[in-house]
Amino acid sequence: MKHQIWNKEMECMKRSDLKALQLERLKALVDYCDKNSKFYHERFEKNGITADKIKTLSDIQYIPYTTKDDLRDTYPFGMLSVPQKKIVRVHASSGTTGNPTVVAYTREDLDNWAEQVARLVYAAGTTDESIVQICFGYGMFTGALGLHYGLERIGATVVPTSSGNTEKQLKFMRDFGTDTIVATPSYCLYLAESARERGIEFPMDSYKLKTGLLGSEGCTPEMRKQIEESWGNGFFCTDNYGMSELNGPGMSGECMMRDGLHINEDHFLCEIIDPKTGEVLPEGSEGEMVVTNLTKRGLPILRYRTKDITKINYEPCECGRTTARMHKIIGRSDDMLKIRGVNVFPSQVESALIGINSISPHYQLVVRREGFADNLEVRVELIDASLLEKYSELENLRKNIHDRIKNILGIEIKVSLVEPKTIERFTGKAQRVLDLRNK
Amino acid sequence: MIIKQISIFVENKKGRLAEITETIAKSGANIRALSIADTTDFGILRIIVDKADDAAATLKEAGITVSVTNVIAIGIDDTPGAFSVPMRILSDAGIDVEYMYAFITRKSEKAYVILRVADNDTAAKVLMDKGVELLDEEGFHSLM
Repeated sequence: MKHQIWNKEMECMKRSDLKALQLERLKALVDYCDKNSKFYHERFEKNGITADKIKTLSDIQYIPYTTKDDLRDTYPFGMLSVPQKKIVRVHASSGTTGNPTVVAYTREDLDNWAEQVARLVYAAGTTDESIVQICFGYGMFTGALGLHYGLERIGATVVPTSSGNTEKQLKFMRDFGTDTIVATPSYCLYLAESARERGIEFPMDSYKLKTGLLGSEGCTPEMRKQIEESWGNGFFCTDNYGMSELNGPGMSGECMMRDGLHINEDHFLCEIIDPKTGEVLPEGSEGEMVVTNLTKRGLPILRYRTKDITKINYEPCECGRTTARMHKIIGRSDDMLKIRGVNVFPSQVESALIGINSISPHYQLVVRREGFADNLEVRVELIDASLLEKYSELENLRKNIHDRIKNILGIEIKVSLVEPKTIERFTGKAQRVLDLRNK
Repeated sequence: MIIKQISIFVENKKGRLAEITETIAKSGANIRALSIADTTDFGILRIIVDKADDAAATLKEAGITVSVTNVIAIGIDDTPGAFSVPMRILSDAGIDVEYMYAFITRKSEKAYVILRVADNDTAAKVLMDKGVELLDEEGFHSLM
């Protein structure tokens, strides 16, 4: 396997040098925020924080966490640290509940962002020879423009098709010889399926697609396999991670080893905390990731609570990089359940249910306290009437679901087959957990 | 010699059987025979009705998991040992019985058994060859 590294100096730095660089940048950031950010200046004053107080990286723990609510409360420009004329771009999150969160960039911020993305797309195999179709929606969302400038930075040929219009996406792919696609996993799969449907007119070998840069939603290994098989011809995709509060895509991404997402640690300082207590956990622990963007100046953010649950591996990677790798997002701290001391996420159950055709995609987790034990029931809807002829087939289905989930969660569970349409449907974010323990 | 049977997935919860049978009533179908078996969480209700397709369509429309399958119905004499005869015939022919249920009618002295086997046609043939009475749809419903 050929590994290519965009910025050897930063990506393969000795860990001790990297830590020294992070400390130097952290001190500069604290000093900068104290002098330029009204928001952080007030916070620092209240907590007695100055740049001098930061002597080691763990001294970051003196600084309070920043949350999404802080961004909402200061909507739209309350957290800016520069005069508006220094801001050259603004993005915003969708804001499904309440105010959207607005982020703003100076020219230097955009430059850093493009560098961060350049490293990830290069690590995933993209080069200046690549023709890349960006199928993320352009607009206030950071995904499309983030990838766009990173890809231009490495010299790739960017085709900004934006999202939607499948017919045209496929036509450009064939006519331009597009070899790389930027998309959400689900859209990438949808495009592959649509391409197959038109296989009589345009066989799959009329596409040159080789690389997928997937992001903006989670992708289980099962789904990735499905996407790769669907495109065929050795199609290979990697996952990248970021969020608008921390620039956008570009914080971390997989190299060809696909054994964790390399963090651009010279720009991002990551901590793992217990989401319930806020306590910082030792290296290697699983918990909520808290991120400080060390180089952002337009709208700096310190110790941002991502609500994403992961763990970080600090071992060097076979690809040659020394940067730490974060595990694919395991779940969201807002829907994490603790059952008999084990962390359980609805997303884990979901990944176990993928590919079982006898049930609907809707499921519900019910947690009860019986005696002194917590019990988890997973409710799934039976839709395959052909199983009604034999009890053994229903029992086999139940056992299969039970074994798959138990394998992933590592705890005993109960699976209940229920009638179709009895599990509540949600138009927005699904509420999959019914916790009856304190009722 | 085949009769249509409806199988319905029923969750074990209060009032569910009432709701499902009310749905069947709405379709105008008349229940002739029934059986229900249950585990702790769910049951499968099996019914024979006079208008199987109408009833199944109405149930499906109501979002209920339902399937229509073919079963066979045999008539046996009301005497000791009579039921063992067809059982022995099926066993000797190597045909497994998945499940069965029985009913009687006012119009006949006989007892009737609904049988679900893996291979209806072979089962029907070996039973008839040995003189067991098999009912077709018409014969079955004329008993009511």
